[in-house]
Amino acid sequence: MSKRVGIEVSIALGDAVKMANTDVVAAYPITPQTHIVEHLAELVAEGELDAEYIPVESEHSAMSACMGSAAAGARTFTATAGQGLELMHECLYVASAMRLPIVMAVANRALSAPISVWGDHSDVMACRDTGWIQIFTENGQEVVDTALCAFRIAEDKNVLLPTMVHLDGFHLSHVIEPIMMPEQSQVDAFLPPNKYPFFLDPARPVAMGDFAPPAIYTEMKWAQEINLQKSKETILKAWKEFAEVFGREYKPVESYRCEDAKILLLTMGSYSETAMTAIDKMREKGDCESVGLLRLRLWRPFPTDELREAIKNADILIILDRALSFGSAGGPVAMEIKSALYDVSKKPKIVNFIGGLGGRDITVGGFEEIIKKGIDIARNGSENEFEIFGVRE
Amino acid sequence: MELQEPIAIRLHGRGGQGAVTLAEIVAQAAISEGKYAQAFPSFGPERRGAPVQAYIRIDDNNPIRNRAGVVFPDIVVVLDPSLLNIVNVTAGLKEDGMLVINTRQTLDNIDIKLGDNQKLAVIDATAIAREILGAPIVNTTMIGALVKAKDVVNVDSLLEPLNKRFGRLAEKNISAMKKAYENTLIKEKKAIG
Repeated sequence: MSKRVGIEVSIALGDAVKMANTDVVAAYPITPQTHIVEHLAELVAEGELDAEYIPVESEHSAMSACMGSAAAGARTFTATAGQGLELMHECLYVASAMRLPIVMAVANRALSAPISVWGDHSDVMACRDTGWIQIFTENGQEVVDTALCAFRIAEDKNVLLPTMVHLDGFHLSHVIEPIMMPEQSQVDAFLPPNKYPFFLDPARPVAMGDFAPPAIYTEMKWAQEINLQKSKETILKAWKEFAEVFGREYKPVESYRCEDAKILLLTMGSYSETAMTAIDKMREKGDCESVGLLRLRLWRPFPTDELREAIKNADILIILDRALSFGSAGGPVAMEIKSALYDVSKKPKIVNFIGGLGGRDITVGGFEEIIKKGIDIARNGSENEFEIFGVRE
Repeated sequence: MELQEPIAIRLHGRGGQGAVTLAEIVAQAAISEGKYAQAFPSFGPERRGAPVQAYIRIDDNNPIRNRAGVVFPDIVVVLDPSLLNIVNVTAGLKEDGMLVINTRQTLDNIDIKLGDNQKLAVIDATAIAREILGAPIVNTTMIGALVKAKDVVNVDSLLEPLNKRFGRLAEKNISAMKKAYENTLIKEKKAIG
């Protein structure tokens, strides 16, 4: 029987990747990087993990090495953050289009300039359309669990897509907290060996990621889109089977105290926990008795149906984005949700806040303020398309 | 339903003094007792000597759902006496909060302004660390002072995380921790009237 241990989330994630019996880790080991790959390097050096550890000269090379490794049929992992994810950018599209089941942890961080190593979702949002499966996590337990699920999902023969596990930089990656570490036997029961069907083999030469003239490119992209959309079935199946083995259930859209809620706050990532405490307080104090929290776990493929179901009884939906989409009508999450709800006849009034940029905390009191102000804007209007929470002008 | 808040602890140290390790060990001890706890640093690039903060939250019964830094601490621990002149260490300290300071001053002559119900604990952690560890690294010593000032975890629960973290140096660090535990002095100001 496993018990909760106090462990840094990045180290726990490294241990989970070890338990998944990963074959290859390729990573750039310098800032922006986390203890995730540092710990994996130690595990490989000490002989606790029988894997190839490839320290490369940049994140662009890290992703390139991962692509070669995954194409050879090896279980492949890497981690990065912030600027590192951006340096990988062009390779990310290649990995998904070539159907290479790489698992990557991203400790989400702000982007320069000005230089910031602190957390927000700017790095993810710039990679929104890269064709990867993308899952957000709320706490250390979810990080470990989601990493195990990510291998299972990515390598499923009906999916074969690279998968990002998003954990908030610092607010998750650097926190020591209680995590129920899985038993090796549980991991082995849940996660079968990687059987990549199209592995590179000198005896069966193939060309991968070949040249596509206009006559075929559209079909290739359409096939890729269908594949990503359909991966949701496998994601749901993997989460269901994970629950059977580990007893913890996950959904694309998680809800907290939403049964009677007319006012919903929607967040992604670790700030959701602080938001829950704010909701508890507001209900207890009688400030707002019908407020609940929605949390988007699955970011790609976007869970349109689950989201529509989750908001069907709400009057007001307050969305917190942790990134700006410069020059646009709102934060990336809010714009996505507005688009998903456009064709729904009964929909809530949507208010968008952008906050928590570059690692700035949003306290419990801060979330109470966001909810109160969001209700006020929903009822009385605002001249702004969105609000930047707590900004000094 | 009465909402029970976790005990919130804020540590003030300087980069290199091990405030983050202190936080980590106390949180691990609490978790080993079956409690919920979290520990994290005031995030950012690490710079030796610069003022840093680290945070601990401990809850006996419920998972901790707050990831913001501690702004209203129940306990403040100051690892470096020189910080008292440059950082407002009591900012946000709760009305019945506890301030634990590494200082050569005694309870009677220390110049600290506290509220009527706030408590003060002092320990010369630097002297203990120099004597037992041979270096002025006070994090493990200050664990003893913290746990004496407020029994957030049992002393015994600290042994395993200290052993794991310090290996062959664990024994000395445990001695320093215990000596601080025995020598920490606490003053409770009585409310007037």
